[in-house]
Order: sequence, then C-alpha cells, then structure tokens
Amino acid sequence: MKFGVIVFPGSNCDRDMMHALRDDLQQDVVMLWHKDHDLSMFGQDDCIVLPGGFSYGDYLRCGALARFSPMMEQVIEFANNGGKVFGVCNGFQILCEAGLLPGVLLQNENQQFVCKNVFVKSANTNNIIGRNVGDKVLKIPVAHGEGRYYADAETLEQLNKNQQVVFRYCDERGEVHINSNPNGAINNIAGICNAGRNVFGMMPHPERASSSVLSNIDGQHILQAFTYMN
Amino acid sequence: MKYTAHINVMPLKELLDPQGKAVNNSLHNLGLSQVHDVRIGKHITLHLEATNKEEAERLAQEACKKLLANQVMESFDFTLAEG
Repeated sequence: MKFGVIVFPGSNCDRDMMHALRDDLQQDVVMLWHKDHDLSMFGQDDCIVLPGGFSYGDYLRCGALARFSPMMEQVIEFANNGGKVFGVCNGFQILCEAGLLPGVLLQNENQQFVCKNVFVKSANTNNIIGRNVGDKVLKIPVAHGEGRYYADAETLEQLNKNQQVVFRYCDERGEVHINSNPNGAINNIAGICNAGRNVFGMMPHPERASSSVLSNIDGQHILQAFTYMN
Repeated sequence: MKYTAHINVMPLKELLDPQGKAVNNSLHNLGLSQVHDVRIGKHITLHLEATNKEEAERLAQEACKKLLANQVMESFDFTLAEG
C-alpha cells in the first residue's frame, strides 16, 4: 500500500506528514499537487491524506476554496469508490466543506488559536483507527483557531447511532469532560468518520507525534491504522 | 442586463459567535451597556450579467448555496440592484 499526500497552496503540514509516514512508519509516500487530477495510481488499499495548514489562506471559510481544486474532484470520486481518505486539521475542514464528512469546524469558543498537547481517546472500535488504538489514551498536539466541531442535532444523532465518532477530547486518565475540551467542540468530538468508514477527519496532528526524537510516538497508532487491510 | 448583488452571510442564530461576543464585551467596556447580541458576518458584493432579474436571482442564489455560505453554520440573504 502507499500514501498520497496532497499539497494545497497554503498547506504547511504536508512535509511533516510525509516524514512521519516515510521515515517513522517506513511507508511509500507520493506527494500530490492540488492542480493534478490523476489518482489512477491509487487503489483500494491506498490512502490519500489531506494535511494541515491554511489552504488558500483560509479565505471565505477554512477549506471552502480548497474543496474546488481539481484534485479534490478526484478525491471525492476516490472516496465514493471506497478509497481511504484521511484529513488532519485543515484537511478535516476541507473534507467537511467537500461534504465527504458531516458537520463543520467553527471558530474556537475562546476565540484563541490553541496550540498544545491534548489527550484523545477512541470512541468506537468499529473503524480501522479505533481498532488499532483500542482503549489507549493518546497525547497528540492540536494547533488550530477553527476546530470547534459542530453538527445539528439530527446529524449528531446519526453520528452517534452509526458510531461515526472516532475520537473525543479527554484528560490524561481518559475521562471526557468540559475541561478536557480545548475548543468547545460539541460532545468533545475531536475526529469522525463517514458512514462507509473509509473517510476520516481529526483536528489533532498525529504526524507531529510520531517520531521518537520528539519524545512522543502516540500518533503512530493512528497513522499505522491506514496501513492495514480493510 | 448588469446587476449588483449585495449578499449578507451570517452565523446561524443558534450558534455561539465568539467574535460577536468579544466585540459585545468591548462595547460594554466602552460604556455602551445598552448594546447586546452582537453578531458578526460577512458582506459580499458581486456583479453579474443576466437576461432578467429572475435569472440574476437564481445565479446569486446558486453562488450563495454552492460556495459563499455554508448552510451548516451560516444563513444568507441578498438584494439585487440594476447596474
């Protein structure tokens, strides 16, 4: 299997993602430019990654313009055919704008850019990430100004019913409460997947926590999940 | 015909608008304590060519729905003027 990492104008975590996958996890990585529109080299076992950053300067809304880049049309088709897609931070915002994931990421409740380590725990084990992470509490950094996940009551009910919540913010003991929520996200949601369980989005950055040089390799549990067969 | 659309995009009423809240507090700090419920959105103007007002309205509506507003978090309205 191999990973494809898309580079949008304004992406700034694309190289971190590449190094984490290539150097820390020894995976094949292909860098993809947002103006390309050929994903024919990627199959069902491969994974397309949308990295963090500020695509198109966050103009209009975070992710709103990236969603219309030529490559995204291909990503939507790839995802609809069952291909694995993983969006981190701005990548998560783009997936929501593209309609591949439900809901939206709003400005943080406290109006501040939050950049710190947070703890997350897997909410369900019926997806590839949840299965790999199990009941471990992971320490992963967040760095965002617009990370407050929101979905209306009906969508939220569907998410819970279909067990599509992948991660919730918690404390280091794994307890989910208001004080462990860095941005005001509804129900402490840090990451979700689609109903088909092949499209994933999360605000925390696993690629910033996957090298032993950085003294934290918790992120590897998340990235590794995509290397296993469905 | 040339038309100008004046579009307002606002955060949905049921959502917390942190920007509006912070500005609300600042207005109170200025002594304007009668002010409340400040909400901040976007004003967008665009020019468009259409054969008549109905078509112009349809185009503006499409622009709002497909890109200018995300209806999960925002509502929009617009007015059209000739010229």
